Amino acid sequence: MINRHLLLLSAILMAIGISLFCYKTIYLGFPVIPGQETHIWNVEIKINFQANNRPAKLNLYVPRNSQYFSIINENFISRGYGVSISTIDGNRQVAWSIRKASGQQTLYYQAMVERLITTDKDVTSKKITPVSPDYQGADLEAALAILSEAKEKSADSITLLFQLIDLFNDYKENYNVNLLLRGKMTPDREIDSIIRILAIEGIAARQVSGIKMVESHDQSEPAAWIEIYTAKGWQAVDMGSKQFVELSDFLVLWKGVDRMASLVGGSNLDIDINIKRSEVESLAAANVREKNINPNFSRYSLSNLPLDTQNVYSILLTVPFGVFLLVVLRNIIGIKTFGTFMPILIALSFRETQLLSGIILFTILVTLGLVIRFYLERLKLLLVPRLASVLIIVIMLMLMMSILSHNLGIESGLSVALFPMVIITMTIERMSIVWEEKGSSDAIYQGIGSLVAAAIAFQVMSNQVVEHLITVFPEILFIILSLILLLGRYTGYRLFELARFRVLVKK
Amino acid sequence: MLNLARKLSEAGVMGLNKRNGDYISRYNPRRFYPLVDDKLKTKLLAERAGIAVTELYAVIEVEGQLRDLHKIIADYSDFAIKPAQGSGGDGIEVIVGRAKNLFRKSNGQIITEDHLKFHISNILSGLFSLGGHEDKAIIEYRVKFDQIFDSISYQGVPDIRIIVYKGFPVMAMIRLPTYMSGGRANLHQGAIGVGIDLSNGRTLNAVWKNSVITEHPDTRNPVTGFEIPHWEELLVIAAKCYELTNLGYLGVDIVLDRTKGPLVLEMNARPGLNIQIANHMGLLHRLRFIDANAENMGSYMDRVSFSRRILTRVN
Repeated sequence: MINRHLLLLSAILMAIGISLFCYKTIYLGFPVIPGQETHIWNVEIKINFQANNRPAKLNLYVPRNSQYFSIINENFISRGYGVSISTIDGNRQVAWSIRKASGQQTLYYQAMVERLITTDKDVTSKKITPVSPDYQGADLEAALAILSEAKEKSADSITLLFQLIDLFNDYKENYNVNLLLRGKMTPDREIDSIIRILAIEGIAARQVSGIKMVESHDQSEPAAWIEIYTAKGWQAVDMGSKQFVELSDFLVLWKGVDRMASLVGGSNLDIDINIKRSEVESLAAANVREKNINPNFSRYSLSNLPLDTQNVYSILLTVPFGVFLLVVLRNIIGIKTFGTFMPILIALSFRETQLLSGIILFTILVTLGLVIRFYLERLKLLLVPRLASVLIIVIMLMLMMSILSHNLGIESGLSVALFPMVIITMTIERMSIVWEEKGSSDAIYQGIGSLVAAAIAFQVMSNQVVEHLITVFPEILFIILSLILLLGRYTGYRLFELARFRVLVKK
Repeated sequence: MLNLARKLSEAGVMGLNKRNGDYISRYNPRRFYPLVDDKLKTKLLAERAGIAVTELYAVIEVEGQLRDLHKIIADYSDFAIKPAQGSGGDGIEVIVGRAKNLFRKSNGQIITEDHLKFHISNILSGLFSLGGHEDKAIIEYRVKFDQIFDSISYQGVPDIRIIVYKGFPVMAMIRLPTYMSGGRANLHQGAIGVGIDLSNGRTLNAVWKNSVITEHPDTRNPVTGFEIPHWEELLVIAAKCYELTNLGYLGVDIVLDRTKGPLVLEMNARPGLNIQIANHMGLLHRLRFIDANAENMGSYMDRVSFSRRILTRVN
């Protein structure tokens, strides 16, 4: 009998938890498994030029997030220069400017780039208009002649492009091509001419320049290729093999016929591009990414707290996992424990003592405490003074065990001091009362139940994956809360009750 | 395992989660708990409603009153001392006789008045109370149980537990102390639980430590087929307790005194589930039968007769 209100509430909590979790894993790329590493590239563009003792301005195309690469962090390093970034026609350009500069100038652009599968594919809904062909006189005649020659052997815009590439590759044979290229073949000129000829036919194509993301000890040079607009969006064409290619290794710098950098007020412009691959922890990369994509999100996240506070929370946040487990153990399995959350606190101290020595120390401590508690029973003390005496005795026992184990060279015995003494005292008190009232078997049964629950809770709470998950995705708390709310209305049998009531099954 | 769960469910067996989630939390509003958790309140309430309870001799609320204990108990040669908020029979001391400052407990042990004072002081400090908080000690009439139980009881007082749902007695059992239970009527500690036929008060199955028995392990007398006297009266008392407490799911514990007849000992807002084992029957079929057929039935007499005539056949 689960009512609608509860279902709705836990569904909402669950939805919040899952959607935040998915947002962070899928969109921000937070790693689900700890210790994952991400390949990143450090791209450095170094610009040198000679300033002429007057205002200088340098424009540089810089990469933007593309289908294949995502910039997780970037820096503009320049002393005394004003920096402004603008986005024009789908290109990002940085402009460095200074009132007055002289001598050798060095500017840096640095970016951390990561291979990524982002969703924003380059499909523009607006109408793509081809560039203006801008040929005149003899050039126009030559271009028209090349176009008609290529058109004869082609069926559509794509085959037309391939034919044009063929004609340009054999430029020495073709007078018209030779004319357009002015007798000298460069990739830039070839691409430029093909784009303009296609424009006469009303077909949109563009030049794209980028750098290949491979690690090399030498400098990288930007490469240019042609892209044609088809029904599937912009598609890159390999000039050699005449095929559509996925240029997934290239980081696009700019689109269009232009130089990478332009300088006003200086000379001897020199550009060095360096690419270095490195591995960083996925979590660190994701944190940087989050800061860039969603600064508010990052400001209110756990990773923004001071480190020692984070450490406290990394333990605290595992407690809900233990609590969830306890709910299952008590309400679905039917294990009996001393105190509702006592096993969780014991499990927390197992973090320091380790499991086996923790269980041994706990058992010794509680057994000794019980013996003394039974003796105190005969003194007929009142409740509060009795609890206080047991507490003092527990501390004395801890001290004795530490000293003894230290002298015996068992260093793990020292960690007994980390047990929560108040909890131990209450455990001893409750256990002795259960022992007196319900008998020894009940007391021992509940004691073992508590230890088993603590051991299981410890295994879950100290699990690396669990700790990683909850610290990176605290929104999992919503999911746990929602599950616990649902368990709160579980009215079926507990596992142990099946055995208890077995005799009632009708034959 | 799932199969077992399904079979239990078919047999109408109620589990703890079911009891807590679907019955106690639904039909027992928490504000009524203090009435049953505090035996003193229960007693006063029952007396006012004309239900017979064990007669109250004195209440000790603070340590200071202990100085005058000899005056308080001067007129009584036998009595019982109980914590007002105790649970499961803990902290009950029964004095069956005295000689000046020496008292004889029900198990024959002789104790001094100082010993008695210490016990009461333990009660006051909350040793036996539910939440461990300070408590009151009740000194009251000692029940002298009906001779009829002599043959099937070892020390202690057998008590009759009746589950009352929405005012209808739905199931009953008698708990017989044994040597093993130390004279206590607690099934968990080794008392015998014997189911009772609602219609005529005759004992049915007996369960001792999860096994079915037919005779008392200490006295060797048969415990089944035994007729409980004043049965109708017992059911009426139990049914009346519903109006008294407003608790929809209630356990009423009644003892039979040889001179005073049935006396209500205590009531329980969270009655245990062992009664199902003693009766060899699940509770749920009868609870659902009431939900379906007998909501809001007038007087307690009507409800008792419904239970005796109709409900008893539901199983």
